[in-house]
Amino acid sequence: MSARDEVLGRIRSALGAELPAVEVRRDYRTTDDRPLPELLDVLTDRLEDYRASVLRCAPDAVGATVAAALSSVPGDVVVAPGVPAAWRPDGAVEDDGRPAVDLTAFAATLTGVTVAVAETGTLVLDASPACGRRALSLLPDCLVCVVTADQVVGGVPEGLARLDPLRPLTMISGPSATSDIELQRVEGVHGPRTLLVVLVSD
Amino acid sequence: MTAVFLGIPTAPAGVGNLRGDRPFPDAARDALRDGQLRANLGHATTTIRGKRAGVVAEVPDWAELREAGRAIKAATMARLDEHLEELERQVTARGGTVHWARDAAEANRIVTELVQATGADEVVKVKSMATQEIGLNEALEAAGIAALETDLAELIVQLGDDKPSHILVPAIHKNRAEIREIFACTIPGVDPELTDDPRRLAMAAREHLRERFLRARVAVSGANFAVAETGTLAVVESEGNGRMCLTLPQTLITVMGIEKLVPTWRDLEVFLQLLPRSSTGERMNPYTSLWAGVTPGDGPQEFHLVLLDNGRTAVLADEVGREALHCIRCSACLNVCPVYERTGGHAYGSVYPGPIGAVLSPQLTGLSGGTAGNSASLPFASTLCGACYDVCPVAIDIPSILVHLRAEHVEAQERPGAEALAFRGLARAMSHPRLWRLAQRAAGLGRFLARGRPTLPAALPPPASAWTRTRDLPTPPRETFTQAWAREHSRASSRARPEHGA
Ligand code: SF4
Repeated sequence: MSARDEVLGRIRSALGAELPAVEVRRDYRTTDDRPLPELLDVLTDRLEDYRASVLRCAPDAVGATVAAALSSVPGDVVVAPGVPAAWRPDGAVEDDGRPAVDLTAFAATLTGVTVAVAETGTLVLDASPACGRRALSLLPDCLVCVVTADQVVGGVPEGLARLDPLRPLTMISGPSATSDIELQRVEGVHGPRTLLVVLVSD
Repeated sequence: MTAVFLGIPTAPAGVGNLRGDRPFPDAARDALRDGQLRANLGHATTTIRGKRAGVVAEVPDWAELREAGRAIKAATMARLDEHLEELERQVTARGGTVHWARDAAEANRIVTELVQATGADEVVKVKSMATQEIGLNEALEAAGIAALETDLAELIVQLGDDKPSHILVPAIHKNRAEIREIFACTIPGVDPELTDDPRRLAMAAREHLRERFLRARVAVSGANFAVAETGTLAVVESEGNGRMCLTLPQTLITVMGIEKLVPTWRDLEVFLQLLPRSSTGERMNPYTSLWAGVTPGDGPQEFHLVLLDNGRTAVLADEVGREALHCIRCSACLNVCPVYERTGGHAYGSVYPGPIGAVLSPQLTGLSGGTAGNSASLPFASTLCGACYDVCPVAIDIPSILVHLRAEHVEAQERPGAEALAFRGLARAMSHPRLWRLAQRAAGLGRFLARGRPTLPAALPPPASAWTRTRDLPTPPRETFTQAWAREHSRASSRARPEHGA
């Protein structure tokens, strides 16, 4: 008998003939009625709590805000292919699909996001053109993400509902960190050590 | 109904890390003598308990999430075969290959052969309980393949030639000074000025691993969740080492226990709230990676999923014990356990220590599975205080499973033990008033042994010592309750009692 058939057979004999129906009640919060300005404040607060820097600006000031944020980062900037031209800093290089390890040559990455969850301070990138492939938001040491107000939701359930589970997804909550030494949180291990979030609203 | 009767095999001996070589009480006694260990553990668990309590308290619907988490896991187990078949279909449809492993040896063989097929002699690893359980690193090493742990705590354990002692923070038993020593002695070319500042230590690990990530061709990971309906796998982590392993190599091999799956995508909305707050005490962990099969141009182009039984189906066969399979490995129960806090994880002899380990390990191996009675001793490694149940994000009733396993262990004994004989004697004495009075008078002799102290000495002769070594037996009172009652009442009836007469 194949291992597959044997394991499945063991499960069936373990469960026996009677299969109880188990009801799953979803009585937890699945929506958040707080007004948008409040959600933006919560998102900002949570991101800063994780030592990310948040820069808020109007839709027509994204490019200038990104440029100012990156001015102190020495080195080249790579951008996801779907990032609007108006957001890109001068001299930024568009990701051309070069071998992933070559991305280490860049000092910073600029991407958009798919959704941002206010309550947990989480940005989700889904490998769409605006977010770029996964290695892009991983290898350069500084990550700049532009979040527009319409992408912000209250809690995790609303966030997941907006995602496509078949795409490669990366949920990012602050810069990389570890709690492995005496359970104290230290920011900055293998992923980007700096996370800058440009939050765009009217 | 137990697994033994159904003939479902438990995890085999001789491979993997589920069995200790000594009974828990012996191992615990040594651990308790290590003052540094107790100080490190006390410090770390106090920190994490406070953080967890804070972030759990700010979630108004925690009780509802916890109940949903429990119910989803119960529903998953009730149709585990169907969900696994669905997962296999979905992963395969998206370009992945699914393998099934009856036990640790088979899983190790599958992974070893997959790595060999790529021609690589080195793999990078994301922290994974399943691969520790089956002893994959040792198996790969035997085949000439170097397995490099990339999680900081795992790296500390690996470099220190040590064993993990906690399911989330395997190096929790080491403090920063000890970690600095390990790094200074084992990392080639490490900065001799390295201090014990956690930030500096994390940077040293970053430098040490960076180049290895970039050249790795094969990664091995575990999985926190797998979604049956979509074939999506999830790895929850903090440092970015997981992302490195899941993104950069050409080949990804994920080893996952068959109980890790959830039926629907929506179910993750529950667990991604429960897990980070319960484990690291964060609102959300820094990174969660989710992927379904293979994505052209992004990440590994070859993906293998190894589904591991290794005793899980035997656990599933026990109607009470199967709840242990609901565990999402958050480690909250370890951090609140008064026994774990004092003995640390090594004393349990298994990669799963603490309260969940005390119910999971002996079920995976079978109660008689450990050498020298280690497995059978684990269900007794608890005070039954219930703190583990209170914090468990999926409401596993660990104390009830412990009691169930203890009963099973006692029933399995061919000859009654000293404890059973003692209770049998007690039952007889308590049902015969004359015997009972005699026994009480005999117990009064214990006052001589105590010589005025509030408890009896721990060093009673065997077999009584087996009980008193780890328990304080109070010195018997001067008179029994019935004696006191008789004395009080004979006095009361012979004198006027104004408070009653008024
Ligand atoms: S038993 Fe519950 S509290 Fe303990 S590790 Fe598992 S999920 Fe967490």
